[in-house]
Amino acid sequence: MAISANLVIGYFKQRDWRGWVLPVAFVALWSVASYFNWVNPKLIPPPYAVLETAWQQLFAEDFFTGLGASLFRNLSGFVIGGTAGILVGLALGFSRWFDHLFGPSFNALKQISLFAWLPLISTWFGYDNSAKILFISLAAFYPVALNTFEGVRSVTLSQLEVAKVYGFSQSQLIYKLVLPAATPQIFVGLQLGLIYAWLATIGSELLLANWGVGLGNIVIRGREAFNVPLIIFGMLIIGLIGALFNRLAARVEARLLRWRGAER
Amino acid sequence: MSSHTQTLKITHDWTWLTRVVATVRKLLGHSGIVVTGFIFPLIVLALWQLAFEQNWLPVQILPPPSLVWQTFWELIDSGDLTVNLWVSLKRIAWSVLIGGSAGLLIGFAIGLSKRAYAYIYPTFDVVSQFPVVGWIPLLMIFLGIDEGLKIAAISLAVVVPVTVSTYKGIRSVPPALFEVGKVYGFSYQQTLLRIALPAALPAIFSGVRQGVMQAWLSLVFVELLASSEGIGYLMVWGRQLLQMDIVFIGIIVIGLVGVVLDFTLRFIESRLQTWRRSAF
Repeated sequence: MAISANLVIGYFKQRDWRGWVLPVAFVALWSVASYFNWVNPKLIPPPYAVLETAWQQLFAEDFFTGLGASLFRNLSGFVIGGTAGILVGLALGFSRWFDHLFGPSFNALKQISLFAWLPLISTWFGYDNSAKILFISLAAFYPVALNTFEGVRSVTLSQLEVAKVYGFSQSQLIYKLVLPAATPQIFVGLQLGLIYAWLATIGSELLLANWGVGLGNIVIRGREAFNVPLIIFGMLIIGLIGALFNRLAARVEARLLRWRGAER
Repeated sequence: MSSHTQTLKITHDWTWLTRVVATVRKLLGHSGIVVTGFIFPLIVLALWQLAFEQNWLPVQILPPPSLVWQTFWELIDSGDLTVNLWVSLKRIAWSVLIGGSAGLLIGFAIGLSKRAYAYIYPTFDVVSQFPVVGWIPLLMIFLGIDEGLKIAAISLAVVVPVTVSTYKGIRSVPPALFEVGKVYGFSYQQTLLRIALPAALPAIFSGVRQGVMQAWLSLVFVELLASSEGIGYLMVWGRQLLQMDIVFIGIIVIGLVGVVLDFTLRFIESRLQTWRRSAF
């Protein structure tokens, strides 16, 4: 009994609770300000209004349809863009002539700010799922391709020479030298790709809000109806999913790269 | 004796010649690479022109390259392009100033003080993972769709990378440097200005560069979403008039400005790093 009590106390002592001060203070200030009507409740609703909306939304079919549609587009775009990115990055990294031929175009196009493509894509491919997925793929493609390229190029000449001395075949060269060497950098790219895909998912829904369903559409509808609790709720969900993707990617990366030892 | 000098002279001439040959070869080889880089865009351009001549697609969908070129000069002559671009660049400058200062402040605070880190970092870490565009609908409620919205949204995009790299830059200052400062009896201010800032400068600047690129990304977004001027608005306008030539010009100009920004900042960054190398 005493031991377990000590364990519990130890746990609470070990956790650094100071990180909670800022958010708790923020919510407290918000509640107090709303309670005493210091702020316009239409503009800044009280926290419980947000909770109420959240509770309603969690039982609303619309919300889940939107969430599902957003996640589906996000993941399809990420898979397509990520695969294309790895393939193009490998080709650019391995083959000098491929690099000479397409490298300059690739580098010029990557400077075009992502959202600038959207007016073009929406004109050419419409406003439905396929156009959005194309846009999200594009968002995921660049960071993945760029980092894969850098990963392949990070193989040093001496490493290659050692492999040649051991008489590695072409496929051994790829699977035993280049891919393991490039994997950490490819993961950096995939993680960035995941972040950019989510940015593009939400961005495309906000910009093409009148078409289709999604989290972004819910938020924009909240804005049009001046339903601030709905906007805050949507924003929190969008942010939390983004943070969740980040954590997930970091965890997968740590697991897959465990063979590298406790380097980091 | 004279023949000896003669030989020397000849040898000298010969090395000079090889150097010239090597340079010419290098230039040729280099331009060879540059030329191959143009093959793909030229093929695309040719296909584009062909598609126009064969009427594969309506002009409203794919305007011919010549029309894009013509519209480009028309927009410059009428001032539409330059005025809107100037508006956008001013927004970037303000946001980098505001967001960058905020980022520096937070980065320095959590980098230098363990206590500030414990209080601020957990919140910052979660909030920084929210996609920037997600904030914009909420900001629209508070700030309307005027200039304030654009500056706030773009500044937010700058804060995160600048904070993170300032923090990392300060944390990676070798502790030995701080010890030297202690030996010399530096005041807190001196430690800050003479050790932490110079040592962290390259990292900070790399954060500023990322911040500027993020700002450029969100600028285009917010201008597409709600704006009455700016390069993004120009594209929306062209899109509504079904003048895809204007949209194309928007894309090209946005790409060019991106290249110039990136190149300039990378150049400054590399200069900062050479300064650092020579300092130690």
